[in-house]
Amino acid sequence: MTTNKLLLKVEKAGIRFGGLQAVSDVNLELKQGELVGLIGPNGAGKTTFFNLLTGVYVPTEGSIELDGDKLNGLAPFKITRKGISRTFQNIRLFGELSVLDNVKVAYHSRAKHSILSSIFRLPHHFSGEKEMEEQAIEFLKIFKLEGFLHEKAKNLPYGQQRRLEIARALAANPKLLLLDEPAAGMNPQETHELMNLISFIRERFSLTVLLIEHDMLLVMGVCERIYVLDHGQLIAQGTPQEIRNNPKVIEAYLGEEVS
Amino acid sequence: MKKLTHGKGFWTAIVVVAILSALIQFLISGGTLNSFYVNTIFYIGINIILATSLHLIMGITGQFSIGHAGFLAVGAYASAIMTMKLDLPFPVAILAGGIAAGIAGLIIGIPSLRLKGDYLAIATLGFGEIVRITFLNIDYIGGASGMQVRHLTTWPWLVACVVLTVVVITNFTNSTHGRACISIRENEIAADAMGINTTYYKVAAFVIGSFFAGIAGALYAHNFYIIQPTNFGFLKSFDILIFVVLGGLGSMSGAVIAAILLTIISTFLQDYSETRMIIYSLVLIIMMLYRPQGLMGTKELTSLFKYRGTGKGGMPNDNKQTIA
Repeated sequence: MTTNKLLLKVEKAGIRFGGLQAVSDVNLELKQGELVGLIGPNGAGKTTFFNLLTGVYVPTEGSIELDGDKLNGLAPFKITRKGISRTFQNIRLFGELSVLDNVKVAYHSRAKHSILSSIFRLPHHFSGEKEMEEQAIEFLKIFKLEGFLHEKAKNLPYGQQRRLEIARALAANPKLLLLDEPAAGMNPQETHELMNLISFIRERFSLTVLLIEHDMLLVMGVCERIYVLDHGQLIAQGTPQEIRNNPKVIEAYLGEEVS
Repeated sequence: MKKLTHGKGFWTAIVVVAILSALIQFLISGGTLNSFYVNTIFYIGINIILATSLHLIMGITGQFSIGHAGFLAVGAYASAIMTMKLDLPFPVAILAGGIAAGIAGLIIGIPSLRLKGDYLAIATLGFGEIVRITFLNIDYIGGASGMQVRHLTTWPWLVACVVLTVVVITNFTNSTHGRACISIRENEIAADAMGINTTYYKVAAFVIGSFFAGIAGALYAHNFYIIQPTNFGFLKSFDILIFVVLGGLGSMSGAVIAAILLTIISTFLQDYSETRMIIYSLVLIIMMLYRPQGLMGTKELTSLFKYRGTGKGGMPNDNKQTIA
């Protein structure tokens, strides 16, 4: 299902915070449908790189293009509408909102009814809300979360919260999904379920996925290609097999095998 | 899809309010209630509007604003100019008060809503003081000695404005736009990442909130014969803030209940104004120690009668945490 069409093109991207060069000179290309991993030691700049892609930070150098559209300097909500959606390292759900409402928020940017029609309860409001609700419920069924529709998000068990966050990110209808350490804090059983979920959504939504992860079993298991970041710079890229045997990566991140 | 339409609850509430207000109107015109009680009731109505309008900004959108008396002042003076200087009818003055305050909200909101938390609080506090001092120095509206205003606020107008405020803010909250605002309160970064134009919704909530504060200002001005800049100091802002915090940030029924209770308490403590502030402060301290989520938490009265909440969602089984 990987096509040759280029979806994301990052050229010489970098960001400097005062005297600190957090990320520099990153070149990265994603083809439509690929599942690519981004690994590296703590503090290597992986999450910072995600923040560059999603517009939380504006790159101080280089360019980022999605489907040929330049993304540099766009506000995060505009980048989301263009087709990049993400999850967060530390889960950022809307805790006081119900599971259903969390997903509805992701549908908001496609809502057809205006503030005025909601305030005066015009017909548009009812049809718009109804459509949104039906879509959101259908969507949650795919993720087997329909049993928790009216539960507050913060009351879900940890694994389900991760699942909901991925569901919410997908409900925003992205072309490219960024997952920031989706398996953090999960037990092997949950990690395994997550791997299945990632493969499943990728096929179901014909999605391109870039994921940050420390769990090598997961990264090596699902990713087709891997980029390695260290001290803000790319030090390697290639297939899982190549990465595993790359001496630079072993030195910086993976470490020597204990004999 | 029953919960998307106005259910029985809405019409029951309207009927109850109509009967109640007709009863009060009957008591007022019959002369059964003396002017002290009538004044208290009017004051409750005005405070309900103020509490619900700040509830939208603080409780729903999570923007900490402590300059609400500034919008009250803008509405009060704008409407007083309409009736006293331009001889326009009272309904026009009410609308003008709301619009003037809404515009003020837009002008203040766009730059200051870039700020967060404490910084926003300081900026809005500064705005409130700027408004007060500006009015203090304009001779056209009487400066420090204030402005004479005719008594035009009648019970039907007051009820109509209270109902309008509550209905509009409830409708806004229980829609995708309200959810967008709540998502900003819950996690602004995630809201942004979900495609919500956070600046737009913060400003929208701020403008709607200021609009209704301006309407409250119009009713306030035409209820007390005279308005002076000193009526709109930052203590007034804190009074409104207390309604919202005490009622529970995120609960409109909480804000309304707190507005009613505190107005009654403070009217009866009118003769001891210093003691009033001490009691207020003590109530707040005790509240924060023993019930930091406020009277109602984030729950609404209506959700107590249902198994599952709507709109803001969630089951009524959790009150351990605050959302502020």
